[in-house]
Amino acid sequence: MEHAAAATPAWVMLAYLISGVLFILSLRGLSSPVTSQQGNRFGMIGMAIAVVTTLLTHEVASLPEIVGAIAIGGGFGWFVAKRIKMTDMPQLVAAFHSLVGLAAVLVGVAAYLNPGAFGIADAFGNIFPVSRIELSLGVAIGAITFSGSVIAFLKLNGNMSGAPILLPFRHVINLSVLAGIIVLIGAFVLHQNPTAIVAADGDLWAVSMNTGGWMFWAIVLLSFAIGFLLIIPIGGADMPVVVSMLNSYSGWAAAAMGFTLQNTAMIITGALVGSSGAILSYIMCKAMNRSFISVIAGGFGADTGAAAKGSGVERAYKRGSADDAAFVMKNAESVIIVPGYGMAVSQAQHALREMGDLLKKEGVSVKYAIHPVAGRMPGHMNVLLAEANVPYDEVFELEDINGEFAQADVAFVIGANDVTNPAAKTDKTSPIYGMPVLDVEKAKTVLFVKRSMGGAGYAGVDNEVFYMDNTMMLLSDAKKMVDDIVKALGH
Amino acid sequence: MDFMSILSIFVMACFVGYYVVWSVTPALHTPLMAVTNAISSVIIVGALIASSAAAGGSATSKWLGLVAVALASVNIFGGFAVTQRMLAMYKKKDKKA
Repeated sequence: MEHAAAATPAWVMLAYLISGVLFILSLRGLSSPVTSQQGNRFGMIGMAIAVVTTLLTHEVASLPEIVGAIAIGGGFGWFVAKRIKMTDMPQLVAAFHSLVGLAAVLVGVAAYLNPGAFGIADAFGNIFPVSRIELSLGVAIGAITFSGSVIAFLKLNGNMSGAPILLPFRHVINLSVLAGIIVLIGAFVLHQNPTAIVAADGDLWAVSMNTGGWMFWAIVLLSFAIGFLLIIPIGGADMPVVVSMLNSYSGWAAAAMGFTLQNTAMIITGALVGSSGAILSYIMCKAMNRSFISVIAGGFGADTGAAAKGSGVERAYKRGSADDAAFVMKNAESVIIVPGYGMAVSQAQHALREMGDLLKKEGVSVKYAIHPVAGRMPGHMNVLLAEANVPYDEVFELEDINGEFAQADVAFVIGANDVTNPAAKTDKTSPIYGMPVLDVEKAKTVLFVKRSMGGAGYAGVDNEVFYMDNTMMLLSDAKKMVDDIVKALGH
Repeated sequence: MDFMSILSIFVMACFVGYYVVWSVTPALHTPLMAVTNAISSVIIVGALIASSAAAGGSATSKWLGLVAVALASVNIFGGFAVTQRMLAMYKKKDKKA
């Protein structure tokens, strides 16, 4: 018998397959908000089937402990999920990714220490070479996911500066560490045990050292290090790509563990999550017109201070008040609202919806235009608007609404900057050249809510829109400005 | 199952994932990340095996497994709950206004 798991009864394999199919359906449900909740339920059922099947088919000698662990972890997760603010969603997702990564590492280490239980060892306790590949890949990807996500969490949560941290020779360091991991995985796989040793408690360390274990531990340590090194040079604005990428990694880690355990549910899920994260990273990179490599190389936005100064010449701009803005919008026929990360920071989404409601009462058509990289994670703005009860059929993606700016009376830009910068279309020297942008400058009037004239977005590029004749700058905190406009509209 | 059939399942699932994810509406990309998070915690299966197969095995392995069970549970309950919370917020234009 090559693998102990080969003796798995058919019904068990069927159960895992069903759970995998339910996971596919849970993602399928997300193709429309109408079917999405049903999809989420499929996901829950799939998970329940996987857990129950596993418990039924293994010695449940430690059932009380297991139930306790599920209750503690599950209770904590449930509590956090109920309490978290929607604006903090990027941090939460990063934190969740780190947990999947760490769990993958722990499972990998447990399997390495007790290979018999996982059916990946021969009668002498030697781990099969194929299993060694899967196991070392699983722990490596898991460890990268963990440490990378911890850094992403700290940056998103503001515990750590969002600015890129650039180590000298970082590319050399990173590439050497990566090469080291690959070489170690190769050596670990090829390593043959001179004598058969069955792992026993007490001298685990000695045993694992004898069986080439130091390589295994080195893989784990180096992978933790590389996850950390890879994410620290990446700036806050590139976080949508990073969060998607780590999402992808957490999937590949689960898939690698699925190979080790020959578990269909894990393999299907891993592949789904892995491709999901990869596609999201691709969409985000495309929306910034940057290559994945350049994002991962990091450092973007590091020289914001110097670049933002530009020519150093004070340029004339028109400044407006909340009353002016209210007047302009009240007399408009159509207003397109363009939210960005600044809206999330100042929690302006509820006030914004109130403003939209008042305008609609005045007979103004109100729409929202979302750039794919607005915010700190894919779909961030959509969630915040949904939280503020903005109906999702008033919210449009870039390509669906961009043609409408030319006919719109007002473009109301709130907390977004680079995604509206026409330099991306015209200025070949601009760092954001080629990035698809919202054509706000084509609207009859542009109302631009911004904290101050200094600081020009994450790319450090000045925005021509500020200085146009038809632009009115509303310099204030986003939420305060919108509140004032709401008051002015109320009169 | 031999390695080749597992690999086949994996490759097919990658293609399924590719097409399913492209069909997800961009408005739901944040819930997509939350739910993929929850389902990738199916790694709990491995954690359960580690923690239940302890009899005769290694105690270290059992405790590592239990910690992994707890971590994965945070994600499963937290991930599905937060997805549910987000999805419940997406509403169409209501008629009362």
